[in-house]
Amino acid sequence: MINLIYLTVLLPLIGFLFNGLFGSKIKNEKIIGIIGSSTVGISFLIVVGAFIQTLSLPVEQRSNTVEIFTWLNVAGLNIKFAYLVDQLSLTMGLIVTGVGFLIHIYSIGYMHGDKGYWRFFSYLNLFIFAMMNLILGDNFLVLFLGWEGVGLCSYLLIGFWYDRNFEKGTTSQAAKKAFVVNRIGDFGFLLGMFLIYFTFDSLNFKEVFAKATTFPVTETTFSLIALFLFIGATGKSAQIPLFVWLPDAMAGPTPVSALIHAATMVTAGVYMVSRASILFASAPSIMIVVAVIGLLTALMAASIGLVQNDIKKVLAYSTVSQLGYMFLAAGVGAFSASIFHVMTHAFFKALLFLGAGSVIHGMHEEQNIQNYGGLKKYMPKTYITFFIATLAITGVPGLSGFFSKDEILWNAYANGSFVFWLIGVLTAMMTAFYMFRLLSLTFYGNERFDHHHVHPHESPAVMTVPLMILAFLSVVGGFVGMPKVFVGEHGNLFENWLEPIYKPAQLKLAHFGMHSHFEEILLMAISVVLALSAIYFALKVYTQKPEIAESVSSKFKGLYNLLLNKYFVDEIYEASVVQPIQKGSEKLLWKFADVKIIDGAVNGVALLIDKLAEQIKKIQTGFVQYYALVMIAGIAVVLFFLLFSL
Amino acid sequence: MNTIILTMLLAIPILGGLLVLFLKDEQKKLIRWFGLIVSLITFFISLIALQKFDSANPNFQLIHQIIWIKSLNISYLVGVDGISLILVLLTTFLTPLTFLSTWKAIDKKLKMFTFSMLLLEAGMIGVFISLDVFLFYIFWEMMLIPMYFIIGIWGGERRIYAAVKFFIFTMFGSLLMLVAIIWLAVYSSGMNGIFTTNLIELYKISPTIPMQIQSWMFGAFFLSFAIKVPLFPLHTWLPDAHVEAPTAGSVILAGVLLKMGTYGLVRFCLPLFPQAAVNYAPIISVFAVIGVIYGALVSMVQTDMKKLVAYSSVSHLGFVVLGIFAMTVESVQGAVIQMVNHGLSTGALFLLVGVVYERTHKREIAFYGGIAKLVPLFSTALMIAMLSSVGLPGLNGFIGEFLILIGSFKSPVLNSFWFTAFAATGVIFAAVYLLWMYQRVVFGKVTNPVLEKELTDLNKREFVVLIPIFIFIVWIGIYPSTFLNLTEPSVKNILQQISQTTVNFLK
Repeated sequence: MINLIYLTVLLPLIGFLFNGLFGSKIKNEKIIGIIGSSTVGISFLIVVGAFIQTLSLPVEQRSNTVEIFTWLNVAGLNIKFAYLVDQLSLTMGLIVTGVGFLIHIYSIGYMHGDKGYWRFFSYLNLFIFAMMNLILGDNFLVLFLGWEGVGLCSYLLIGFWYDRNFEKGTTSQAAKKAFVVNRIGDFGFLLGMFLIYFTFDSLNFKEVFAKATTFPVTETTFSLIALFLFIGATGKSAQIPLFVWLPDAMAGPTPVSALIHAATMVTAGVYMVSRASILFASAPSIMIVVAVIGLLTALMAASIGLVQNDIKKVLAYSTVSQLGYMFLAAGVGAFSASIFHVMTHAFFKALLFLGAGSVIHGMHEEQNIQNYGGLKKYMPKTYITFFIATLAITGVPGLSGFFSKDEILWNAYANGSFVFWLIGVLTAMMTAFYMFRLLSLTFYGNERFDHHHVHPHESPAVMTVPLMILAFLSVVGGFVGMPKVFVGEHGNLFENWLEPIYKPAQLKLAHFGMHSHFEEILLMAISVVLALSAIYFALKVYTQKPEIAESVSSKFKGLYNLLLNKYFVDEIYEASVVQPIQKGSEKLLWKFADVKIIDGAVNGVALLIDKLAEQIKKIQTGFVQYYALVMIAGIAVVLFFLLFSL
Repeated sequence: MNTIILTMLLAIPILGGLLVLFLKDEQKKLIRWFGLIVSLITFFISLIALQKFDSANPNFQLIHQIIWIKSLNISYLVGVDGISLILVLLTTFLTPLTFLSTWKAIDKKLKMFTFSMLLLEAGMIGVFISLDVFLFYIFWEMMLIPMYFIIGIWGGERRIYAAVKFFIFTMFGSLLMLVAIIWLAVYSSGMNGIFTTNLIELYKISPTIPMQIQSWMFGAFFLSFAIKVPLFPLHTWLPDAHVEAPTAGSVILAGVLLKMGTYGLVRFCLPLFPQAAVNYAPIISVFAVIGVIYGALVSMVQTDMKKLVAYSSVSHLGFVVLGIFAMTVESVQGAVIQMVNHGLSTGALFLLVGVVYERTHKREIAFYGGIAKLVPLFSTALMIAMLSSVGLPGLNGFIGEFLILIGSFKSPVLNSFWFTAFAATGVIFAAVYLLWMYQRVVFGKVTNPVLEKELTDLNKREFVVLIPIFIFIVWIGIYPSTFLNLTEPSVKNILQQISQTTVNFLK
């Protein structure tokens, strides 16, 4: 099955081409949906096969390369279109095709009746194609192909309903913003690649990573490489300062938010850092940058999530925040924990978004949670699954999110600092609060919608079955990564599986001061208690005493507005970056430099010659007497000179 | 056959152009088919040339020589290496497409138009295959005239202004080049006793020219080429020429004519004056990088679609010049493939703007909006052309940009990564100006009721024009080796010529 891995890329591509070229002619939605989903479904089976096959191999043979053809071969630059099938890419591949398949199925129901149905499925398949290239590529350039490809799909899908408005602007503005902000990150990624090629004379993962441990490369170089790559990651994975596109990406259809903007694409940055772990581990100062940026992003996004009223916006900021956790993990050297969180997050966040989609579907496109309430009895399946996902993300013990988040927090403390842990726990409390606020306002309490126009209803099975599967995964998904303190040094299956990938990096990282089990269990207990109390508080406020929320928000009006307006980051960027560039380009570069100065000079010279000729022209009078006079004067002057020089 | 194939390539469009003059003005259909078929035959012959060409051989091939002016040792000497061949193919590929694209748009003085286009094609091919500097100059000047008429007769409202500006700008540069050509030939006669304009001979002699004289000659050649490219700040003729030219003119102008400038840099400036080229490479690259950013920023704020695409050319050609003067195999290979890419993607963009212009006679972005609903096929085609121009991996533009940037990053001649760092911001701005235009033109609600009446989707003919371009856009993006292998030996050859004579310059 390993050798067939290229099919996981090819099949979605075929699906994209088929639906893209012929979809508009096919009148039957089902055919389109089934083709779109089955290409991903078969891909998932192939990845499972490759996974099982790899698992049966001895550890040292678990990394295999499948070559397709030579992409680029110029001078010393030889880049193959080749796929690397190893523990990391298989893990990501399972997540992408598995969760991707469920979301495709869900979309059959969700997009029912949309006139762009075929377009939607063809884009979705294109996305899987690009994402699989991203995670399977055996070199930086194939990764980058996927990286830009998923960005394109994100652009196309955010702007899917291209004639709709979104908040203050339009969906297509949101789409463009996503692409451009991502491109800023890609600029960093490109520079990182150039520096890697310059330093190691290769872009192939295996070669570069091998040379990274043996070549005499200065730490400054490593730092620059890691920094540039990380800039790329902040773009794709929505971290400070480039996170601003992700909340706007909610303009796309909800399955897109689940698939691209929660479960898979946005984790590409985490994957890339994890893949290049040795490069990051060789740049300790950048590791700190990664951890701090992750931590700050987690905190900032969670705080914004506290007050948002759009169901998808809350989840979007939650995603930004959770991605921050993943970078925190990577920054403290816990790469395996970061991928573990990628996985559990894919389960519960995809579930949350799909659940939100189900709610929106049942509420006739209403997205404001203040206009929901008491939906539990109308959509029980959605409620149950949403509830499970909420428990998972808030880190209630036993569910998947608990294990992955706990591992990150513990590593933040053990390999980072107490402050890291503290801010992490604070963020976890906020997460618990905003999630239960969301849950309460949506499913509990008074029904605040207009019963005459809105008739809430449960979604069809094609949508709820994927929810149930994801709910199951959200519950049990964490058991593969149980903390060592419970299961012993070799009990964490997930970490053991990925361990060979991070070996070189772990050797570079000098850490692990001694920490007792007691410490670990104590910290775990503290964070659980704090999260539970936040849950209790949120339930209390939003189901029983909503007046508390109002009085708090009116008491701290400044802070409330600051959070509601997302710290005004968009406005600050608009005023400090976008406007100056735009106005400067128009007024200074175009209308002044180009038109006035450069063209002015050119036309000025032309005008000058014209004027000069105008004057000289006057000599040509046409009077013979005049010419004779000039001639005689000339002869006189010449004679004069001749005589004088003698 | 091998010796005269290039001459046939020249003769057929010229003969065809002359023959078309014997047709009657009223026989419009015949004239159109005639132009198309002649250009298709030319394309076919260029494919034969490609088949006869040995891409492993870095030297000039398919050479044909006829003594022309014996006393001055000037001969008709043509031949190709990989670089010239790929540009000849680009020319012969685009010309039939432009004939097809103007099937309906041009009705006035059709006979003259067909004549001009064929003559232009011959001139462009001549520029790429001349191996005698004097012959090169003749072709260089020769294609000015048909282009002047194409803009001046079939252009937009300000066509006369644009045509004159185009003519004077380029003429100014060419005259300096003529002086340098004569100087060079005279110099060579002083060196080995024979006055010669044979490029292959001059390659051997000119690097021995003292630096100071070489700088002047280099400067004269360079200026002429830089205007044609156009390199910032010599670019202001371009937006006017593009905006006023008819679609066919814009496509040829962007697709091929600008490449004559960059081709000249590779063929003449670098190998003829290697020391001067290496010496001035950093300063030229500064202008190239400024052009990349400046062109993109100015493009961003345009209100006219054609002008926007025109300024984007300034940005893209900045990349090409940077690649050439970085003088690494990667970067020059990137520059050559980027010349082709720009011809394809910008050609496609101009064709597409032409499609809607033909229907509404409006180029203003603000006039459009929400046309995705009205013309889905057009919108998809515009998306593909845009993504190619933006440099999306998997399409052609990325290959060129990537090679140029990665090559200039490690360039010993430039010896600084700042060139790459600044030029790479171009990838951000390219996304901004094109996506923004796309958003305003294609997405959103239909803002203008006139559009619903007048705008119709791509017809079969327009489809036939675009599909071949798109095939190459994808082909180069996914399997560039087909094209890169054709040019690599030639590029290496030129760079070797440079490094042989400039060892001292490079530490």
